[in-house]
Amino acid sequence: MSDEVLFFQEFSITGGDFSSAGSVSTEIKSILKEIGFHPSVIRRAAIACYEAEMNVTMYAERGVVRLSATPAAIRIQFEDEGQGIADIELAMQEGYSTATPEMREIGFGAGMGLPNIKKNSDEFEITSEVGRGTKLDIVIKA
Amino acid sequence: MAEKYYHPLEFMLDRCNGRMKCMRVCPTEALRVKQGKVRLIEELCIDCGACAEACPSKAIVPLTDPFTRSSKYKYRVALASPVLYSQFGLDIDPKVVVQGLKEIGFDYVVDVSRACEEISAAIDIFLEEYDGPGPLISSFCPSVVRLVQVRYPGLTELLMPVNAPREIAAREAKERLSEELGVGMGEIEIIYLTPCPAKIVAIKQPAEKGRSWIDGAISIADVYAPLFNAVSNLADDEIDASIAEEFTFGAGWSMLGEMTRLLGSERGIAVSGLSDVTRVLDDIESGRLRGIDFVEASACLGGCIGGSLTVDNMYVARSSVLSMMRKHGQGSVVDRNEVVGKYREGYYFLERKLAPRPLPPLDKDISAAIRKKKEKDAIYARLPQIDCGCCGAPTCRAFAEDIVRGRSKLEDCIHL
Ligand SMILES: Nc1ncnc2c1ncn2[C@@H]1O[C@H](COP(=O)(O)OP(=O)(O)O)[C@@H](O)[C@H]1O
Ligand code: SF4
Ligand SMILES: [Mg+2]
Repeated sequence: MSDEVLFFQEFSITGGDFSSAGSVSTEIKSILKEIGFHPSVIRRAAIACYEAEMNVTMYAERGVVRLSATPAAIRIQFEDEGQGIADIELAMQEGYSTATPEMREIGFGAGMGLPNIKKNSDEFEITSEVGRGTKLDIVIKA
Repeated sequence: MAEKYYHPLEFMLDRCNGRMKCMRVCPTEALRVKQGKVRLIEELCIDCGACAEACPSKAIVPLTDPFTRSSKYKYRVALASPVLYSQFGLDIDPKVVVQGLKEIGFDYVVDVSRACEEISAAIDIFLEEYDGPGPLISSFCPSVVRLVQVRYPGLTELLMPVNAPREIAAREAKERLSEELGVGMGEIEIIYLTPCPAKIVAIKQPAEKGRSWIDGAISIADVYAPLFNAVSNLADDEIDASIAEEFTFGAGWSMLGEMTRLLGSERGIAVSGLSDVTRVLDDIESGRLRGIDFVEASACLGGCIGGSLTVDNMYVARSSVLSMMRKHGQGSVVDRNEVVGKYREGYYFLERKLAPRPLPPLDKDISAAIRKKKEKDAIYARLPQIDCGCCGAPTCRAFAEDIVRGRSKLEDCIHL
């Protein structure tokens, strides 16, 4: 794929900043709409992106998001500095959550985020190092 | 692609002074000012009427029907709603308003609050049986429907496929009166007294491309003066006794939250004002409104009592509706079983499916669109980003987009 038809943009997320949480996924969504991806592709990207953004907000100190889009696919990478995930297999289970009671109070912590991200992506890769951070790399085919 | 959209607004360019007030309030950035005159980008307009309200020169005129009667019909029926009654303060009773409508030339008056209750019951059944993705979004506000179709095409499937109360009320009136009077439905003219231009489009060009049972729309603002005159001159003994029996004067869905309140146990939220509606639609799109079954959404702040063609202050109107509810009670007037029967026959559903109406992408070809998106971002980076509007676009971002779409030239920016 030539660089010319590759759209790339980077965003940052601040951990714990719930007031602006979700703004990166809203921005990514509007970029994808402008380019003209199919509404169902955008919907999947929006859901996956929002969940991943919330995870960085809730469980990490800070993170960067890299969006690359080509006519064939949308790739979104999340890389954060934070506590990391000790047991990824466990974290991937539906309903598993370490969200605090405070987070649950404001509607988070259903333990469906990671499973939903996976469900909405065509390629999904997650790696993590405890005490350092987590990397999530997803691809949604157009 | 090149579908023609009807918009209920006329732009009187000779009156336009290019003051850009409309351009700044348009929630979808559909307006530009070129050579000192306003211009509409048709596909972006969702008919909310905010521009008409903002124009100090009255250059944007809602295309409502004139008050004068057309000879095409034998009978003229007014479709009145609590929004209308709420415009007359506490001293003028809804019954008097109805009588007043008869004085100023309507042969019959039909109230929509009954249909609101019927449709609430129908939506209850729909929600109960629905097991698709949620939350469902109310479809009674035509501007909200268009906003979803245009800006959130992926959410179109969440719009409730249920017809608006005004349509059900019009249909019932037409069928009943044509039988009672022994005339064809074509001889009965149903006129909706509208709080907004959006509902005019919903009548002339329904969003689902079905047909409307309503024949015309007169703005509440236009009917206000003659009606006010008529009601002021009415003595108590001139009020037709049948009005009290026929009408319920419920709140209908005139103010925000009433639809939600009339529904059963499902969990709903009520949101109004296009910027808040947009925020909630963003939340739905990201899947973050969990546990909410439906969203009642109106483009106007406070609900239809905040419509741009109303006269009274929305907050005052709201207080009038509340006192009207206290006075006339909130008893149920619809027979649940009858609604269930009609529901099963499909009576309450839109004639056709609502389809998305996505904005044209930067280019039909995705590769070209990506190129243009990058070009747009590069242009934007060069602009002062102060949204001064001198270029004729509402924001620097919109201006950058206009350039890549070939609608403007970089030279139009006075700061470069
Ligand atoms: N970026 C992250 N950094 C650290 N831990 C994470 C991260 N993302 C997810 N987790 C862990 O995985 C669990 C499950 O995540 P998820 O499926 O999104 O559910 P929830 O966010 O509702 O807890 C979280 O409770 C958390 O312990
Ligand atoms: S909220 Fe009511 S008055 Fe306002 S645009 Fe929608 S339907 Fe019209
Ligand atoms: Mg999560």
